[in-house]
Amino acid sequence: MSPTPGTPPRPLTIATCSLAGCFGCHMSFLDIDEALADLIDHIAFDRSPLTDLKHVHPDGVDIGLIEGGLCNHENVEVLREFRARCKVLVAVGACAMYGGVPALRNGIPVAELMAEAYLNPAAQGKLGGPLHDAQLPQDPELPPLLRAVLPVHEVVHVDLTLPGCPPPAEAFRQLILAQLAQRDLVLPLHLRHFD
Amino acid sequence: MSTDTPTFTLDGRPIPFQPGQTLMQAVQAAGAYIPHLCHHADFDPIGSCKVCSVRLVGPHGERTVTSCTWPAQAGLEVRSETAPIRHDRQRLVQMLFAEGQHHCPFCEKSGNCHLQAVGYHLGMTDTHFHHSQQPHAVDASHPDVWLDRSRCILCELCVRASREVDGKSAFAIGGRGAQTTLLVNSPSGLLQDSGVAASDRAVHICPVGALMPKRQGFAIPIGQRHYDGPDDDADIARRPEDT
Repeated sequence: MSPTPGTPPRPLTIATCSLAGCFGCHMSFLDIDEALADLIDHIAFDRSPLTDLKHVHPDGVDIGLIEGGLCNHENVEVLREFRARCKVLVAVGACAMYGGVPALRNGIPVAELMAEAYLNPAAQGKLGGPLHDAQLPQDPELPPLLRAVLPVHEVVHVDLTLPGCPPPAEAFRQLILAQLAQRDLVLPLHLRHFD
Repeated sequence: MSTDTPTFTLDGRPIPFQPGQTLMQAVQAAGAYIPHLCHHADFDPIGSCKVCSVRLVGPHGERTVTSCTWPAQAGLEVRSETAPIRHDRQRLVQMLFAEGQHHCPFCEKSGNCHLQAVGYHLGMTDTHFHHSQQPHAVDASHPDVWLDRSRCILCELCVRASREVDGKSAFAIGGRGAQTTLLVNSPSGLLQDSGVAASDRAVHICPVGALMPKRQGFAIPIGQRHYDGPDDDADIARRPEDT
């Protein structure tokens, strides 16, 4: 569909989130630096830590960038909203690709993890001494942990993946340029390393 | 090359061979490349990883074979870098990633890992399959060598190297199906009782981060590791000669 002559093309709308991630991928995205000036007229951010919007626009957006894997039920809910409202869903970084550092807990029962973190006297000792009245967190606003940390593609269909920890800024730029030009994303090797 | 040297073609390129060579041996001698994981020029092939599978086109039709085990024959048409074969190879490598715990960002082998490099060569950017979430046991009992079975791809290179070069027969593959694992041949089943040394070929030939000398992790800076470059994925996965 070509834009009407005389009217600027609609900017590409982008939503981003960090699930079980460290925001390192978002930082890498911001590392585009001065190239952002070239893109700024062509993209607009929807839900993102950069805008603090809490939901993806109900009318949908063009690109959803998912940083991090899924470690709890809230992550699953957020991811499903992104999938429902993003034309192109992109798994960004090693954690979204296969779990990453948070997935190191996989294979250890959740009850054991929680006890180690909140109840284990030895673990508490590392914090400077035993805690008074140690107990597991009970707040209903805290989302329950999943049995294991999952990569994004195990829960929803993923259209594209940017590997890397984090993916280089240039990989984000290439992704946006490819989407603007409506062509397939082809990354050279140095932009798709796994580490 | 004399005019009577027999040849077959690899993606249209004539490959000369000596009688008795496998397709892989002839291809490597000619300086061409077919991706592989369990094959190593110093050892007899076992054909287990299937990554080197190629399509043979002959007078009796087509078939898929492992190039590390198939004898070279004059006039064969071998297809390797085609879209269907690259797809199948990528699925095989993705299965290995999903079956183990291959966390490149914090694995000491990253940048020197042959599995990672073959993934790069194949253009892999995701792991496709559902991952195993149950890590295998780590054996850190040895003072100088450690074994992380979650990274083992069962290529048997350490089994062969320990038997044929080190003369120790320290390793074996045991179990069935998803429980197949690398066994250590010692009374306790632990590395510390096995006679394995950090200088053993079996330790250094490991293509992934399963068997590694201790206290050498991250010694080479990012950018200087074997598979960090050049930016040419046709050649990226060639094995370093010293492994």
